[in-house]
Amino acid sequence: MNCEDVIHELSDFIDSELDAALKQELESHLRDCEDCRLVVNQTKKTIEIFCDSELVELPSAVRSRLHDALRRKFKEAAH
Amino acid sequence: MVSPRSLLSTPNPHRLASKVAREDEHQLVAAAKSGDVTAFEELVNRYERKIFRLTMNITRNREDAEDAMQDAFLKSYSHLKTFQGDSRFYTWLVRIAANEALMRLRKRRPNQFSLDEPIEGDEDLMPRELQDWGPGPEQRFAQTEMREILSSVIDELEPEYRTVFVLRDIEELSTEETADVVGISVPAVKSRLLRARLKLREKLNRYFRQGGAN
Repeated sequence: MNCEDVIHELSDFIDSELDAALKQELESHLRDCEDCRLVVNQTKKTIEIFCDSELVELPSAVRSRLHDALRRKFKEAAH
Repeated sequence: MVSPRSLLSTPNPHRLASKVAREDEHQLVAAAKSGDVTAFEELVNRYERKIFRLTMNITRNREDAEDAMQDAFLKSYSHLKTFQGDSRFYTWLVRIAANEALMRLRKRRPNQFSLDEPIEGDEDLMPRELQDWGPGPEQRFAQTEMREILSSVIDELEPEYRTVFVLRDIEELSTEETADVVGISVPAVKSRLLRARLKLREKLNRYFRQGGAN
């Protein structure tokens, strides 16, 4: 397996969707290739950082509009 | 019948929906289905920020994101009785919200955003920017600064990649669910996800590489 193969299999490797033989080949390449190791680790980190990103509060005007619309919907449904 | 009062809880803004296996979600949904509007409002309170982040991430337009979020909650209420409970309520809600957001994105960018045509070519995927990020790059930036960085890099990503990344990696839909929501094949989801991840890594590299911001 060369560096190009690693990049093509990168997503499946990260998602643990590679079959055992391919996974072993890829891991063996990673042990010897610092560049690929860097890309794999940084890609994992990228996903992690986006997943852990802080949620912002909804602006109060947006929230009010949403909840007003919901209450109107509840009333409509009740009739 | 479950009392909605006993189900009320303070949403924790620091945790991800996908990671929060709230045991009481199905109880709230059951209460809402039987006509308890307080229970439905609790579900809205719980997920409104996450759904807004999703619609904002897909549309990258404030007005569209607000409208898509609102319509998603209204539609989910209207169709609540059809929710069978074979997935989490949140996942069902994400699908509705993603559809609302995609509809607005398509309207706003009819010529730029083609979901149906294959966009994957044989372009060179090999990463060129290879610099060490050092330990814990996220700790080097204040919360607000980090939020701006993430917003900026995701904004630069083409919508066809961005949408797949958001649904698969942030909302943690399965590849099949993502394919279904976006209306593309499973191989196309996989291909776009790989490209999205590589592009985002490369864009973040500008900020995170050791000794060099921007």
